[in-house]
Amino acid sequence: MEKKNLKAWLYLLPAILFLGIFMVYPLIDVFIYSFEEGFNSSSQTYSGIGIYNYSYILRDPYFLQALKNTFILVMITVPISTGLALLISVGLSSIKWIRNLYQTIYFLPYVTNTLAVGLVFMILFKPTAYSDGLVNLIINFFGGSSVDFIDGPYWAKMLVLCIYTVWVVMPFKILILTSALASVNRDYYNAARVDGTSKFRMFTKITLPMISPMLFYLVITGFIGAFKAYSDAVALFGTELNAAEMNTIVGYVYDMLYGEGGGFPSYASAAAIVLFAIVLTITCINLLISRKHVHY
Amino acid sequence: MSDLNKNLKAPGIGKIIVYILLTIWAFIVLFPFYWMLLTSVKSYSSYNAEYFPRFFTLSPTLENYTEAFTSVPLGQYFINTIIFTVATTAIMLIVIIPAAFAFARLNFRGKNIVFTLFLALMMIPNELVVITNFTTITNLDLRNTFTGLILPSVTSVFYIYLLKENFAQIPDELYFAAKVDGTSDLKYLLRVMLPICKPTIITVTILKVIECWNSYVWPRLITDNEAYFLVSNGIQEIRENGFGRDNIPAMMAAVVVISVPLIVLFLIFSKKIMAGVARGGTKG
Repeated sequence: MEKKNLKAWLYLLPAILFLGIFMVYPLIDVFIYSFEEGFNSSSQTYSGIGIYNYSYILRDPYFLQALKNTFILVMITVPISTGLALLISVGLSSIKWIRNLYQTIYFLPYVTNTLAVGLVFMILFKPTAYSDGLVNLIINFFGGSSVDFIDGPYWAKMLVLCIYTVWVVMPFKILILTSALASVNRDYYNAARVDGTSKFRMFTKITLPMISPMLFYLVITGFIGAFKAYSDAVALFGTELNAAEMNTIVGYVYDMLYGEGGGFPSYASAAAIVLFAIVLTITCINLLISRKHVHY
Repeated sequence: MSDLNKNLKAPGIGKIIVYILLTIWAFIVLFPFYWMLLTSVKSYSSYNAEYFPRFFTLSPTLENYTEAFTSVPLGQYFINTIIFTVATTAIMLIVIIPAAFAFARLNFRGKNIVFTLFLALMMIPNELVVITNFTTITNLDLRNTFTGLILPSVTSVFYIYLLKENFAQIPDELYFAAKVDGTSDLKYLLRVMLPICKPTIITVTILKVIECWNSYVWPRLITDNEAYFLVSNGIQEIRENGFGRDNIPAMMAAVVVISVPLIVLFLIFSKKIMAGVARGGTKG
């Protein structure tokens, strides 16, 4: 038995080693960092223990801007992408012809490099010296005037960020919802049809309750994903997100850690923990709501 | 009677509307891809001469692709990313397969506790641990090395979990029969379990390859020497101080080059990838 134990641990050793060094230890360390005041990264010393790092970031206008941007992004993109994905998935499950083709096409953005395709969105929205960009030309065609979506007013930049984020997150949501819809037992619909139930009623009384667990799963993962938004913003506005007023919480963490204004792991840690607390709270709220409303 | 007619007719019109809406979405999804491909084959001068961009081009050119490979080290980024992706995925498989085997097949003291702890780690967001990992790698003097790039991303609790579930489905009888024949655990794992679970292993491999190919944050933190840039950092570098004079067609050629490998992979394995992601991908 002793020998058997030893062998099992040997099989686990590499995984435990890597997880220990790159997950468990950092997890403890990040909390310690966040309470060490006046940490100096070159001498590895700190002046005291306390909550100064938290109070610093909560007063930092860049952090507040990042907080605001992230919340706006979450509140706009999560409902829109989930609703749109539901609509598309329901449409997709109601057809047979070229359904597989559409399913494959819809999934394409999932496998593309966020940074690379973000550049395409940038040129579509950005006016240059030579052309106003395709989107602006369409706006002009309908009688509007050109807007600089990449270096222009705040709302325009936020709009592009939201559009791009929705485009990026749709594949996952459509995939999950179409497989959820496919798993609903046909017998329910047949029974309802015999009773002469209307399509709308069938949707609200059978389909929605049956897929509600998956819908809530998507809302939760959507919230978590959107709160961690970062590379979409970099793809559209470049790495100087603070200057573009387009930073996100995760972006703030990385900017504090490294780069132009970097070298402050304590502030970065505090910001990361604030992010973790927000995500945890929202997840718990979602779970509480879902317990009340998911019919299962 | 008129009610019946309505019911017969309505689906026809409804179907058409559904098809139109679905086609619009397909168009929205595909348009950026079409646009990057189109722009990448327009010449620099003709692109800038079009105030209203044309939706097709009659004189496609490959000059932007030559430009993309010669005036920025795109080939270098590409090779770096391949090395990073292959090495990370290979080491990950070596790490997670024995771990999944131990959880699924072997009995040892503390198994349940360790497995629960592993599952708990799944909830830890990467953002929380990246700060210390950055310090660790910097202190080990591993910045701008492949070791530093690869090491923190070679374990995935989620993939261990996926594999363990799959391993556990293999009937015990096979194991006992192999034991009677005197087969060692390792041999049993390699000769019996791995071939049976090949589909899951392929899925895990593909998901990891996609993740590696698109990784941006960690490589950005850990490399500032262009010789170690991956494609994501490379494209960001190109965007910020690349071809100069806003050479958008060349930029789009680089974007095409970076996107093509995964799109090809996806077209070959689309069923597998979608099934794999449905089982446990995250993003968005």
